[in-house]
Amino acid sequence: MRLTVNGVDHDLDLDLRTTVLDALREHLGLTGAKKGCDHGQCGACTVLLDGRRVNSCLLLAVAHQDAEITTIEGLNDHPVQRGFLDHDGFQCGYCTPGQICSAVGMLDEVEKGWPSAVTQDSDRLSDSEIKERMSGNLCRCGAYPNMVPAIHQAAGR
Amino acid sequence: MKTFTYRSATGLDDTLEPGAVFVAGGTNLVDLMKLGVATPDVLVDVNRLPLGEVTSLDDGGLRIGAAVRNSDLAADPRIRAGFPVLSQALLAGASGQLRNMATTGGNLLQRTRCRYFMDATMPCNKHTPGSGCPAREGDHRNLAILGASESCVATHPSDMAVALVALDAVVVTNSRRIPVTELHRLPGDEPERDTILEHGELITAVELPALPAAANSAYRKARDRASYAFAVGSVAAALSVTDGLVSDVRLGWGAVAHKPWRARVAEERLLGGPATKDAFLAAADAELADSRGLRDNAYKIALMRNLTASVLGRLAEAGEKR
Repeated sequence: MRLTVNGVDHDLDLDLRTTVLDALREHLGLTGAKKGCDHGQCGACTVLLDGRRVNSCLLLAVAHQDAEITTIEGLNDHPVQRGFLDHDGFQCGYCTPGQICSAVGMLDEVEKGWPSAVTQDSDRLSDSEIKERMSGNLCRCGAYPNMVPAIHQAAGR
Repeated sequence: MKTFTYRSATGLDDTLEPGAVFVAGGTNLVDLMKLGVATPDVLVDVNRLPLGEVTSLDDGGLRIGAAVRNSDLAADPRIRAGFPVLSQALLAGASGQLRNMATTGGNLLQRTRCRYFMDATMPCNKHTPGSGCPAREGDHRNLAILGASESCVATHPSDMAVALVALDAVVVTNSRRIPVTELHRLPGDEPERDTILEHGELITAVELPALPAAANSAYRKARDRASYAFAVGSVAAALSVTDGLVSDVRLGWGAVAHKPWRARVAEERLLGGPATKDAFLAAADAELADSRGLRDNAYKIALMRNLTASVLGRLAEAGEKR
């Protein structure tokens, strides 16, 4: 099996049942993406698949050999990372790589003009927009309040 | 997870071997495989088939490829302008990450989230026919009030499908065309069958016929938290009012039955009558005449009554301003 992660091709001998998350963590040593619930409910495993945010725990590696996978390790001083640091957007940090990858994907969705359940008009990224669009990422420390200004900063407000 | 083999679909006419299932986004199927509820022998990946486009039809309708992702469909300008209820329903469902993988066909075919179905160690007539249904006496707070049977009180979890039944969408498979209202079954004594699809039948597209009323349409979802939760009840509605009278109305109800529920009784009550709150409530009552609440889900009867009147009331106001 061949996976392309953060711009590097890897040839791997994997059981067909291996998810992208397990391939990253157990076979490539990329432990940034976290296994929280392993059922697509918590978002800790979020990575970018061809630039779109997805739950890597629900992706079978065999089905995504032609995709470009980007993990937190592949983001290099991204404005979202800077925002989380500047605004203390985490406590224990376990969910943070998924939060950051999700926010990177989310800001791209806003840029493309995608609507959300809060509004069909994404011109203005309000607090409620950020909360709705980030609802697929859970944080058990409850560090949500500071993530909002962190994401605002990254969005350039 | 049980072992399986994997291959790509050879074409729309792929002959599915016994024990094989199609997989697209995989957001529900892979989860059910992890839980041991789904145990396919072969996964046949349809992601490389040319099913990923939304195309305009000559009559003003749209043809949505089965592999169009939920997020792309919700953002499509033609959907947002002509069928806002569908965009809103999609955006009310799941999370940004899940919508980026989940497909139109897969969303229709997702399984119930009844906790007994999701637990392979529990009896469940849907995952193990004949084993019984603990939900009737157990946790049924979010289960069906319409069309349930002694063997199953599960609900269909989709938001998107509720909009599609309201819009008279047609499901196109590799062998036939099926009104989406007829795709899903009521459980009867065969709750293991969610839909009328046969083994090897592949959804290739969903067609939305032109529907002027759909321009004034909306989706409203009641749930336990503000975002990222399944509905406890939802309403998809489209409404046209002419001179104060209902000239067209379409109603879909979610989280109330084994299938996305088309509220035709209510529609017939409303058509040609006044677009008033009293009329909306009376129509919902008529649709709910055969509803049956269990110990912990009877609240849904009042919920659907009020939700329906609320959505229609807003659409009536919006329709006047148009």
